[in-house]
Amino acid sequence: MAGIPHDHYEPKTGGEKWLYKRLPILGLAYDTLMLPTPKNLNWMWIWGIVLTFCLGLQIITGIVLVMHYTPHVDYAFASVEHIMRNVNGGYFIRYLHQNGASLFFFAVYLHIFRGLYYGSYKAPREVTWIIGMLIYLAMMATAFMGYVLPWGQMSFWGATVITGLFGAIPGIGEPIQTWLLGGPAVDNATLNRFFSLHYLLPFVIAALVAVHIWAFHTTGNNNPTGVEVRRGSKEEAERDTLPFWPYFVIKDLFALAVILAIFFAVVGFMPNFLGHPDNYIQANPLSTPAHIVPEWYFLPFYAILRAFTADVWVVIAAEWLTFGIVDAKFFGVLAMFGAIAVMALAPWLDTSSVRSGRYRPMFKWWFALLCVDFVVLAWVGAMPAEEPYATISLIASAYWFAYFLVILPLLGVIEKPLAQPATIEEDFNAHYGSKPAQGYAAQPAE
Amino acid sequence: MFRKITLTAVSALALTVGAAFAAGEGPAIPDVDFAHEGPFGRFDQFQLQRGLQVYTEVCSACHGMKFVPIRTLADEGGPMLPADQVRAYAAQFTVTDAETGEDRAGVDTDHFPVSAMENAPDLSLMAKARAGFSGPYGSGMNQLFKGMGGAEYIHAILMGYEEPPECAADFESDGYYNKYFAKGAIPDSCKDEHGHSTIEGSWIAMPQPLSDDQVTYADGTAATMDQMSMDVSAFLMWAAEPKLMARKEAGFVSVIFLILLSTLLYLTNKRLWAGVKGKKQA
Repeated sequence: MAGIPHDHYEPKTGGEKWLYKRLPILGLAYDTLMLPTPKNLNWMWIWGIVLTFCLGLQIITGIVLVMHYTPHVDYAFASVEHIMRNVNGGYFIRYLHQNGASLFFFAVYLHIFRGLYYGSYKAPREVTWIIGMLIYLAMMATAFMGYVLPWGQMSFWGATVITGLFGAIPGIGEPIQTWLLGGPAVDNATLNRFFSLHYLLPFVIAALVAVHIWAFHTTGNNNPTGVEVRRGSKEEAERDTLPFWPYFVIKDLFALAVILAIFFAVVGFMPNFLGHPDNYIQANPLSTPAHIVPEWYFLPFYAILRAFTADVWVVIAAEWLTFGIVDAKFFGVLAMFGAIAVMALAPWLDTSSVRSGRYRPMFKWWFALLCVDFVVLAWVGAMPAEEPYATISLIASAYWFAYFLVILPLLGVIEKPLAQPATIEEDFNAHYGSKPAQGYAAQPAE
Repeated sequence: MFRKITLTAVSALALTVGAAFAAGEGPAIPDVDFAHEGPFGRFDQFQLQRGLQVYTEVCSACHGMKFVPIRTLADEGGPMLPADQVRAYAAQFTVTDAETGEDRAGVDTDHFPVSAMENAPDLSLMAKARAGFSGPYGSGMNQLFKGMGGAEYIHAILMGYEEPPECAADFESDGYYNKYFAKGAIPDSCKDEHGHSTIEGSWIAMPQPLSDDQVTYADGTAATMDQMSMDVSAFLMWAAEPKLMARKEAGFVSVIFLILLSTLLYLTNKRLWAGVKGKKQA
């Protein structure tokens, strides 16, 4: 492995040597914790820790909730009320779990957009990026199935609408939908399998996270300049990096504590702010809510799903070209998954030789527009499917695809990038002045 | 650059989410200053007791509260009735015992009865299931200072009975016009050419439940319609969220602890990096 050169674990005591010969687990922990990390990382590099924390929080609170929850259509809703009223601290554990999902997605979106701006997806970090996208997909599946478990009105109707998407696949759609639901409609079989998968997927995510970390520990972190750490020698590398412990652990923990202060304020003072009141009504297959709106973190992609209606010319063209196999509903489903697929393909769609957006004068503005676009999509996703929202969501969806499929490939050709610093050290010193830490190569005295 | 973009996008997203959920239809629900609202809000124990009286003497004729155990009437952060009163309250109900299958007098570990009338909704969670100031979805940051709006919604419904508007003069309905009820029937004569309603509110199946002096409060509080309506709304907020006070206290302690932890970590971080960073130049 062509990692960044650094000190490795040396077993010292007899016990350590004994264990090291049989299982070098302490060496693994040491190398993971002491990983040389670019010293110019800014505050957008803290979301990884927040996400790891979220996964832990969701798994731990989830395991406790399962001890009191009953996955049956007749008892699920009542068992959640049992947790809220009778279980010691149950109301807090459940609100942590419920709002923890929102924190998880909030952090993952900032994490993804950080990667998009600083070009973290580019070679040699494509595999890290792809695994990240798989984690994101698994998160969406987990969150969706978790939302069904309280068996409220939005749980039931959300499940009905979303599984209906699979029914839109031509020919095999209906059998797939029936197979997913375990019957012709959302019912006890659906609740049971969603419960089972909701418990399983977080551990799949945990495994993917381990691979995600392994991948970027192999390539090294990206950094705000996009310039690689020098790897010629250990001394050279040490001028660009600092060990993860303690410098970045403490920095990340500080950021995490600040974010958690806000998170606990939400959980303590307004835990239902991001939820739907309708989900405090027990699921009723005979009564459809006036508006079926997904949770906020699905809204941008929900907007893309709904944007392509039957009167849009690309939909008409697709229907005509495929002899009617791709209708508006199926086109919407393809567009929604396609929106995530084009993001996953960013490493190959971005043709620029410069990694970081900091040195790309034109890219900056297109990226800023993408951020605005994402917020606009979230907004129209929550609005009823009528004008002017239909047109806005169509324009916003079009920009999402244009950014990845047209703008990223073109910019690499026409854009004239700014000069990049030669090394990370140069960038760091330009901000903070040079003051080498102890043990690092001494600067010549003045 | 990226910091600016991030901050802008995050704040826009926060506002969007708030605004999106505020987009529900229906007339604006007037705000009421309940004691339990805001980060330090606490239930007024005596208001909850009066609310229980209104619930028992008026609402429970049709509605039930099947998720609420009767024993919680004695709990800290609730009406805090004395234990003997709670047992006496439970004893008025006849319950079919789940184990013996025989009828017996209720005990405090039983739940409130289910709705006596089939289409009268259960009130256990009503104050959380109908949250909102402008329509059913709440608005923006209101929740932090003004509560979810569910208690306000119930209060508005109870006070919202009026003479039907003129456009409905010929409308024959089993329901009653309520200017805050959005989900009911509306006659075609009160809709414009696009099918949108031209009036506030709609027709609700429940007749006006409250009138002045309908109950006699033991503590001497004047039983005006407004007073009874506020009391029962506060009571139903407690029924929906019995751990509200404990939750806010836990939240408060957590936030104080985390602010302290953040401060310590900030200082640690600053000291740690001081050895690496020179004076900031840009």
